[in-house]
Amino acid sequence: MLGSERAANGAKVRVVRSTLAGLMAAALALPAVVSAQTIAITGGRVFPVSGPSLENATVLIEDGEIVAVGTDVSIPAGASLIHAAGKWVTPGLISGFTQLGLVEISAVSGTNEASMAESDISAAFNVLEGINPASQLIPVTRVDGITTVLSAPSGGLIAGQAVLIDLHGESVEEMLIASPAAMVAALDEGAKDSGGGSRAGSAGRLRKLLDDALDYEARRDAYRRGETQELAAPAADLEALLRVLEAEIPLLVAASRRSDIEAALRVATDYGLQLILRGAEEGWQVADRLAELGVPVIIDPLANIPSYDAPSPRLDNAAALSGAGVPVIIMAAGFQYSHNARNVRQGAGHAVSYGMGWDAALRAVTLEPATAFGIADRYGSLEPGKVANVVVWSGDPFEFSTAVEAVFIRGEQIPLTSRQRELLERYKTLPPAY
Amino acid sequence: MRRALSVMLSCAALASTACASGTAQTAGEPSPSGRRAMSYERPQYATTYERRAYPPVVIRNATILTAAGEEISSGSIYFRDGRIVAVGRSVDAPADAVAVDGTGKFVTPGIIDTHSHLGVYAAPGTTAESDGNEFPVKPNTSYVWAEHSFWPQDPQIPLAIAGGITTIQVLPGSANLFGGRSVTLKLVPGRSVQEMKFPGAPYGLKMACGENPKRVYGPRGGPASRMGNMAGYRAAFIDAEEYLQKWEKWESDQSGDPPERDLGKETLAGVLTGEIGINNHCYRADEMMQMIDLGREFGFTIRSFHHAVEAYKIADKLAEAGTAASVWADWWGFKEEAMDGIKENAALLTQAGARAILHSDSGSGIQRLYQEAAKAMFAGQRAGIAVTTNDAIRWITANPAWVLGIDDATGTLEAGKMADVVVWSGDPFSVYTKAEQVYNDGWLVYDRNDPERQPRMDFELGQVEHD
Repeated sequence: MLGSERAANGAKVRVVRSTLAGLMAAALALPAVVSAQTIAITGGRVFPVSGPSLENATVLIEDGEIVAVGTDVSIPAGASLIHAAGKWVTPGLISGFTQLGLVEISAVSGTNEASMAESDISAAFNVLEGINPASQLIPVTRVDGITTVLSAPSGGLIAGQAVLIDLHGESVEEMLIASPAAMVAALDEGAKDSGGGSRAGSAGRLRKLLDDALDYEARRDAYRRGETQELAAPAADLEALLRVLEAEIPLLVAASRRSDIEAALRVATDYGLQLILRGAEEGWQVADRLAELGVPVIIDPLANIPSYDAPSPRLDNAAALSGAGVPVIIMAAGFQYSHNARNVRQGAGHAVSYGMGWDAALRAVTLEPATAFGIADRYGSLEPGKVANVVVWSGDPFEFSTAVEAVFIRGEQIPLTSRQRELLERYKTLPPAY
Repeated sequence: MRRALSVMLSCAALASTACASGTAQTAGEPSPSGRRAMSYERPQYATTYERRAYPPVVIRNATILTAAGEEISSGSIYFRDGRIVAVGRSVDAPADAVAVDGTGKFVTPGIIDTHSHLGVYAAPGTTAESDGNEFPVKPNTSYVWAEHSFWPQDPQIPLAIAGGITTIQVLPGSANLFGGRSVTLKLVPGRSVQEMKFPGAPYGLKMACGENPKRVYGPRGGPASRMGNMAGYRAAFIDAEEYLQKWEKWESDQSGDPPERDLGKETLAGVLTGEIGINNHCYRADEMMQMIDLGREFGFTIRSFHHAVEAYKIADKLAEAGTAASVWADWWGFKEEAMDGIKENAALLTQAGARAILHSDSGSGIQRLYQEAAKAMFAGQRAGIAVTTNDAIRWITANPAWVLGIDDATGTLEAGKMADVVVWSGDPFSVYTKAEQVYNDGWLVYDRNDPERQPRMDFELGQVEHD
């Protein structure tokens, strides 16, 4: 939006800068792409998430926003009707931790943009301009009913800044919801190298970075004059960390075993940070404490293979955390967390089979991530004023037997096509017609 | 060598109980020809598997998916002494049989995974447990046997059992053109791999196509290309042919010294005589066609391609060749040769008359192979492909049993077969369903409602537990 208009005026260099600045600070900006259509999804079993489900209800969408949800919504003349009798209607699902747009083929480094290998402290690294809106993973994911994802950097002690995107749009400006949405860090086994080989070293280095960011803030002028001692990271990284220290964005910390979770809690408490935990395989052991502190956790409900990073993972981790009152966010399983970001549906269903409430599981892929990442005023439920990300399902969204019938992102109906579906069509009858 | 091989294969490769019970020659005894027995004539790491005693069981009023074409609602199954006695709408069972109320529950054969690295890539997953690949030693390591790496205390084993798995094929990894010999195991707790070896199961050979051998050996003297891979397979089988001929000649005339024993060639010779099946990690359709041609050159049929993300592109050719395809439901994109994975792969294979299998290659995925079958079945049905629940159950039972050469013994619920039986809390194709009881060879190895019947490995002792 900014780029094209101003570029047309010829002020290209300056424009790129202001576009960047605009993008980086785009948290909670209005969606750049909206549909001007009025759409009424009628007769469905509607799960607003913010309240109890409604039978035979209507979701009314205008100009990319939800304007009414209920059983007595009057439908304006000229609205496009989506008949959803017998169908289930939910908010578009949110996959709480992915690298969508940043990774195309995992083993092909030319298609990977998620890591700044240069340093293990990459707080100033924001992944946004690495996102490829033409990624094949995006249609594959959204035809399964996932409309929004966190796209996150990886690697090192501080990997960088994650962003929230809708899975629709031809440019990152069009897709963007919030940037930065979180600062991604790690205190698990993977971060030990950043601590000189010790977990205590990793936590200590994180504290030193936060101390130095505060020191830098207090003495910016002295820093510019070169009159400070050497700080733990370049100024750009410390500036980025100040946003974490001001609790403007959460610190999203990978921690698996109980002692690592507790280290993260201590750091967050000491510095007044807004903390989100990722992994948290042994979170069940400290569920009450996490609930008391209101720390959201992003978990893979299928993670149950013991390691020295988490010797006691359990399939009822989601149930234990949710039952204790911890805000639970579900991410997709294992090494396929980007290519199969769509599998949050399976994860949610599996969590239910191991004792999580069904409603809580639905919140874990809608309103909980929206709340944790600060976009709940626009996302995560079907309520007037929210962005019209809506999915119509043939039944329970967590069941394998359920088909996605319609997907709306920002009020626009998305064609249910992907490269995978084109491959299917091509090879359904053999030999294929090339 | 034909006879020598068949001695080796009946005692070692086939792991027959006859060898285990000591009817084969033992060290130092003279052979029938009067000479001292050779090493290959002695028991080769024979199975010591023994069925655990358990009372007879009758499960009544359950939905039974036999994997042999039947879906019996309100059906019953009766088994005793490790054998299925009767399956049907109603069965006669003696009064001493333990009666299980199957109301609302489903019963299927025990699940079989053709592609597991349990025990060879064991949890907790440090380099100390990394025993699945001779990597990067050399491209042909057909001389290694996966069972010699297998750690029976892998804490992933009970997790897989709780997912209804009763049999696995443990394979070496895919770094090498020839990874080594696989082993087929009954998934029951044991102190040694020998206690788990499936009686009578033939060995398999792991081979790998494509990117992995290229990537590993490209910088180490090759192969550095797919044509290099092919040349490597061909050279090895040419050597194996020569080895086999030498042994066959010596076996028939017994003149002079016997040929030198070579473990790698012994395994490849087993492929040439049809006693060892090839399990071939291969992603791309065009490459699978090359491997089928390799089989034509040396006179074997590849038993199963593994991963085979592009199998659907040549489903008709696989059906014609009689080669199965072990696939994932939805893995894709982790490398270039995996980019074209689609959920309908298994359904399209089935539609074309090829033999499809859902496999795991994962300590996590193996716990939910039934969910992978569900994903693949419903994706196929949504695409208008006529796959049934019987097809989908066969993808994880009868078809893998065929790949492993144990389909006469297990893989379906039919009278006379091994009582490998899973009782599910409901429809196994629902995400909300869990295995409640797992019987392996008639023994209740796992019961979700009985903590005494939930095996735990040594690693788990001392770890923090739920109250």
